[in-house]
Amino acid sequence: MNGLQFFTSARFWRGALPALSLTFVLLGVFWLQPRAMSYFGLNLLFNLAVPIALATIAQMFVIAVNDLDLSIGSFVSLVACIGATWLHDTPLLGIAALLGCVAAYAAMGALIYIRQLPSIVVTLGMSFVWSGCAVLLLPTPGGSAPDWIRALVTFKPPYIPMPILAAVVLALVVHFALMRTSWGVLMRGVGGNERAITRAGWSVLKLKMTMYAMTAVFGILAGLTLVGLATSADANIALRYTLLSIAGVILGGGEFVGGRISPVGAVLGAMTLTLTASFLSFLRISPDWQIGAQGAVLIIVLALRAIVNRMEARR
Amino acid sequence: MRIRQSLLFATTALAMTVAAVQPSVADTSDKRIALSNNYAGNSWRQAMLKSWGKNADQAVSTGVVAAGDAFTTAENQATEQAAQIQNLILQGYDAIVVNAASPTALNGAVKEACDAGIVVVSFDGVVTEPCAWRIAVDFKKMGEIQVDYLSGRLADGGELLEIRGLAGVFVDDEIHSGIEAGVANHDKFNIAGSVHGEWTQTVAQKAVAGILPSMPEIVAVVTQGGDGYGAAQAFAAAGRPTPIIIMGNRHDELTWWQEQKDANGYETMSVSIAPGVSTLAFWVAQQILDGQDVPKELIVPFLQIDQADLEEGLANTEPGGVSNVEYSQDDAKAYLESVK
Repeated sequence: MNGLQFFTSARFWRGALPALSLTFVLLGVFWLQPRAMSYFGLNLLFNLAVPIALATIAQMFVIAVNDLDLSIGSFVSLVACIGATWLHDTPLLGIAALLGCVAAYAAMGALIYIRQLPSIVVTLGMSFVWSGCAVLLLPTPGGSAPDWIRALVTFKPPYIPMPILAAVVLALVVHFALMRTSWGVLMRGVGGNERAITRAGWSVLKLKMTMYAMTAVFGILAGLTLVGLATSADANIALRYTLLSIAGVILGGGEFVGGRISPVGAVLGAMTLTLTASFLSFLRISPDWQIGAQGAVLIIVLALRAIVNRMEARR
Repeated sequence: MRIRQSLLFATTALAMTVAAVQPSVADTSDKRIALSNNYAGNSWRQAMLKSWGKNADQAVSTGVVAAGDAFTTAENQATEQAAQIQNLILQGYDAIVVNAASPTALNGAVKEACDAGIVVVSFDGVVTEPCAWRIAVDFKKMGEIQVDYLSGRLADGGELLEIRGLAGVFVDDEIHSGIEAGVANHDKFNIAGSVHGEWTQTVAQKAVAGILPSMPEIVAVVTQGGDGYGAAQAFAAAGRPTPIIIMGNRHDELTWWQEQKDANGYETMSVSIAPGVSTLAFWVAQQILDGQDVPKELIVPFLQIDQADLEEGLANTEPGGVSNVEYSQDDAKAYLESVK
């Protein structure tokens, strides 16, 4: 494939679309609000995108095995509550609770696989369990983030703002693990062709449990980052993350089925979503129209994706 | 131009010495104030935004401040409001007035604003971050005075029905604990049952209708506002005598009360928060920018309508709206003077 062909190929456009949409929105923000074009400005624009990016990566692990997690938002809220209470007051209990969460997620993956249950139903049910636990743990908003988390998220490295650095590291680490290792191939294989993986002698049960556990791990990272940024928690703090994370994965070039995912795209997608909201607010669009406008942006990007898919089909 | 300026100085000096009003330490005519609001979906919030808009437009046109823009998040979520506050910081506002989705989850963003030298004033839904000002409502007191009032009306006490708000919301907890404290003070009363009316007449009506058949004789209904009219309808539909229902300053509630008063001399009281508290928050922010020394914790009085003020209260309430009191700059100054 020569250079020119590559640039017109569907594969290139699928990968480039998330980056292009982010650049487009970012330019719009800079144009409307030149003040954002600074270390301080980028920090403010993107720091709340980091927990969303982490939650999006968490969602991506589940989507990679053809499932959908409708409980990630309430799970992140629960983690934030654990972070602001137990992890702050009795760190050992907090760590134990977080490990328990990972185990619960792995068990949920096992249940979904063994009983062949629809993941949407199981995770929807679990979302109420997580919410309930969060309310029990923190009936009224409060608590405070452990100092070390606070120090970590407010750390100001020289030259590059922390959120940008975090996003790059996150995208690269997950990309390497899922796209460049044989372990990653197996994981994505569960979504792509489950039977082939079974035939090759691998235990799909174990693989699915691992993927769900990974979701929990990134969900925990999202919750802790969020509580660090917010300084204290609220049982409903992250309910929006469920839909944001799904939108982020899809915006970033992932597909609901077939194990087709893109970690770099997912991070870019999450950042685009966050930035779109800021962009619309800088535009002074009335809040009544903002949800609609945000939806319109999503539809435009997905329409472009449909064109890319058609390019692929034509080949 | 120079003459004008010196004239201005002269008048200012005159005002300072003769009238002995508080001197303006700083000029606020180039300052910009923003409102960060988390929700606009009920009559109270609509009235609150309307009061803010009217007041801010006037302040801008008279040159007191340069801008007083209102921003509402598209969805009532703390994370979204935190992002909104960060955007307002970027937009270079000098003060941000916040009605918060969560008392704690915005603290990080509020801290960022304070660190950037921005004045943050929270009201109604206040934030706990120490660097911000709080104009809080004593919701607990609002629950207590209902039972105090009933105690004066009903010497023998009796069974109460409680209509609560939305489960898990801070305001609901506070008013409820006030009512419980009131009942503890006046032990002739007993809460026979409680339902969640979600501050909405239709929801309250359905909830009360559902619990009424299992209730003994109810002497009074304690409420949180936005639910009194629905409760009255439910009692009427069940064919039961109308108890004393505490109202919440909504237009439909006051109208119903007026009708009953005219028909059979029905007596009750009505209490809620005036949505115009947003204008108080606006002027408090302006006064802080002006360099005035304002205490961090402020308590806003609530608006109570008694039997005698009913006609006046109803006349001052727009159809579909809530009874309102708006603050002018002088009102706010007088208020701040009174709490010093």
